[in-house]
Amino acid sequence: MMTEGKHLFSILVDNQPGVLSRIVGLFSGRGYNIESLCVAETLDPQVSRITMVTIGDDQIIEQIKKQLFKLINVIKVNDLTGSNCIQRELVLIKVMAKPEHRAEILRIVDIFRAKVVDVGPEHYTIEITGNEDKLLAIQNLLKPMGIKEIVRTGNIALLRETK
Amino acid sequence: MQLTGAQILMKVLKEEGVDTIFGYPGGAVLDFYDELSRTDFNHILVRHEQGAVHAADGYARASGKVGVCLVTSGPGATNTVTGIASANSDSIPLVIITGQVPTHLIGNDAFQEVDIVGITRPCTKHNYLVKNIDDLERVIREAFYIARSGRPGPVLIDIPKDVTNAKADYKGFESVKLRSYNPTYEPNLKQVRKVIELIQQAQKPVIFAGGGVILSKASDDLTELARKTQIPVTASLMGLGAFPGTDPLWLGMLGMHGTYRANMSIGEADLLISVGVRFDDRVTGKLEAFARYAQIVQIDIDPTSIHKNIPVSVPLVGDCKITLKHLNRMLVDVDLGNVSGKRQPWLDQISAWRKTTPLAYEQKETIKPQYVVEKLFELTKGQAIITTEVGQNQMWAAQYYHFNRPNHFITSGGLGCMGFGLPAAIGAQVACPEKIVIDIAGDGSIQMNIQEMATAVQFCLPVKIAILNNGYLGMVRQWQELFYKKNYSCTNMEHAPDFVRLAEAYGAVGLRAKKPEDVEPVIQKALSINRPVIMDFVVEREEGVYPMVPAGKAITEMLLV
Ligand SMILES: Cc1ncc(C[n+]2csc(CCOP(=O)(O)OP(=O)(O)O)c2C)c(N)n1
Ligand SMILES: [Mg+2]
Repeated sequence: MMTEGKHLFSILVDNQPGVLSRIVGLFSGRGYNIESLCVAETLDPQVSRITMVTIGDDQIIEQIKKQLFKLINVIKVNDLTGSNCIQRELVLIKVMAKPEHRAEILRIVDIFRAKVVDVGPEHYTIEITGNEDKLLAIQNLLKPMGIKEIVRTGNIALLRETK
Repeated sequence: MQLTGAQILMKVLKEEGVDTIFGYPGGAVLDFYDELSRTDFNHILVRHEQGAVHAADGYARASGKVGVCLVTSGPGATNTVTGIASANSDSIPLVIITGQVPTHLIGNDAFQEVDIVGITRPCTKHNYLVKNIDDLERVIREAFYIARSGRPGPVLIDIPKDVTNAKADYKGFESVKLRSYNPTYEPNLKQVRKVIELIQQAQKPVIFAGGGVILSKASDDLTELARKTQIPVTASLMGLGAFPGTDPLWLGMLGMHGTYRANMSIGEADLLISVGVRFDDRVTGKLEAFARYAQIVQIDIDPTSIHKNIPVSVPLVGDCKITLKHLNRMLVDVDLGNVSGKRQPWLDQISAWRKTTPLAYEQKETIKPQYVVEKLFELTKGQAIITTEVGQNQMWAAQYYHFNRPNHFITSGGLGCMGFGLPAAIGAQVACPEKIVIDIAGDGSIQMNIQEMATAVQFCLPVKIAILNNGYLGMVRQWQELFYKKNYSCTNMEHAPDFVRLAEAYGAVGLRAKKPEDVEPVIQKALSINRPVIMDFVVEREEGVYPMVPAGKAITEMLLV
């Protein structure tokens, strides 16, 4: 029952100043974890969507859902965990590119359908989108070449239409 | 019609049914105060902004209305924080209006600028910064709606000075609609039916009432349910008065300083119907042992209260009053059989607990604090509104003043905030001018907001203050006695003012009782005086509050005397 697990929340909120800080404050004040967080306006400019990955056991996750929903500016809280949704994250990876590794790096980039977006004398910067597994896989392959820096956007997700 | 921000505030307050404002002026709210002088609001000028919030809290609890405060920016605003946090813990509906520096100075570290919205975000139900005069009218209406609906709570509105004198069209009353806020009042009737089944099966049921019963004005419905089903009732500190304290089904308070029979009955119960409670750690003790044989029903308007600390068999999200009404209505069609016969063994067991281990103290040559509270109960015929400070005084008030009606016990329960009682008494007295209002106080706590004596005197509010003067921060001393080998580190409070002369200095009346035989005459005298009175009861210094459940123990593991 009490298994710690990652949960993916999609939260619709009023697009107003201070709303994000209410949400973040709730997490820090109650000692919940935020693993990643993405915020942007939706089609309706008065509404923003927050996509958040959090960790906790069932009881904590239930509290997080209820506490989020209790905030006056929160319109909807959807737990997308385990649902049929598309998840994506964009990552920029600055990898050391010694002459003897360049071909290998380009091959990996090709296989993962990533892109080299910046080239320097000693590095490549690679852009890749995907879900968590894919991103982990490419990181693992690039690690031996030496990853200098990495930046991730955090997960976004959208439910699939039922066919 | 074009009105200034200040005029809009006054107009909406009127429309929201406000008649009293607790406040303190300053630069950022000069426009409000200027406008206020042309209205007929009853403005109670406190002596410290914390006092304003506690007074509004006491007013709200005694009247059932929303309490309103008006204070200036910066220090005025920060002084309200403790009061707001207390009201937030106890779900008390308040609207706090703070002045703010002009919009063009916000973020500039201007004189008397603080980010009060940021500071109070975690201790309000909601808060607003109104930067645009066109939003002001709507925001004030929303604030009142949010404060009083659902699980009530304090709402703060921060208004920059330029907004107070800018002009906007006044739209007039419209009902508030918020797409993101819709409290659930109506319970799921299937769940209500389950409760009825559980009641039918239970051998050892207990009802546990909390502050939610009082907030939703559900005391009569709860009492009806208990009497109809012959289920004994206990309450949290916040729930005292939700069920008559002199009824045979009354178990006394539950928890750390609960009665023996209340705590024992929770230990043995097979059904616990909890209404408007949140299972605070002061009530549950060790969680795994709490009501371990019971199926637990939890009725609460706030879904976050359910399953938070205690696993619940039947969660019921809804307004306490509406839910109890459904329950009582549906019980009419249910054959409960011979309830009193069926309940007898359980009630006998409870009586036995009561007989072997009642609340008790021994009155010898020095005054016992419990004796003072008992005499207060007796001489006011249980009719007074009692506010308390925090500590032993608060617990003795809870144990020995038997509350027969809701809204008559006003205490800082969740936050346990010393300095609450006197300003809260002032607020309660404003709300109920015809009632006797008594602050049962400690010698330490009373010094935390003693300045409000001046407020009581100025506004002819005849509150009575009964100081149980033990010359100690008594409750802390009790913990040191029991758990720190009597190392009374920094809890001696013998350096106190002469409270009788202090009362006189404020223009109030001061009385003192040093011997048990003084207690009654002093109380009688105080009750006969239609002015604020401080009664200084010099009590047994090292008396303890018992029963006591040590922190982390099961509530059935009580220290007795
Ligand atoms: C603002 C605040 N500070 C500190 C405490 C911790 N505290 C709890 S009870 C207590 C002692 C109160 O002393 P007194 O008012 O004399 O009451 P007594 O227990 O002696 O009746 C203290 C210091 C508190 N509850 N509130
Ligand atoms: Mg004391």
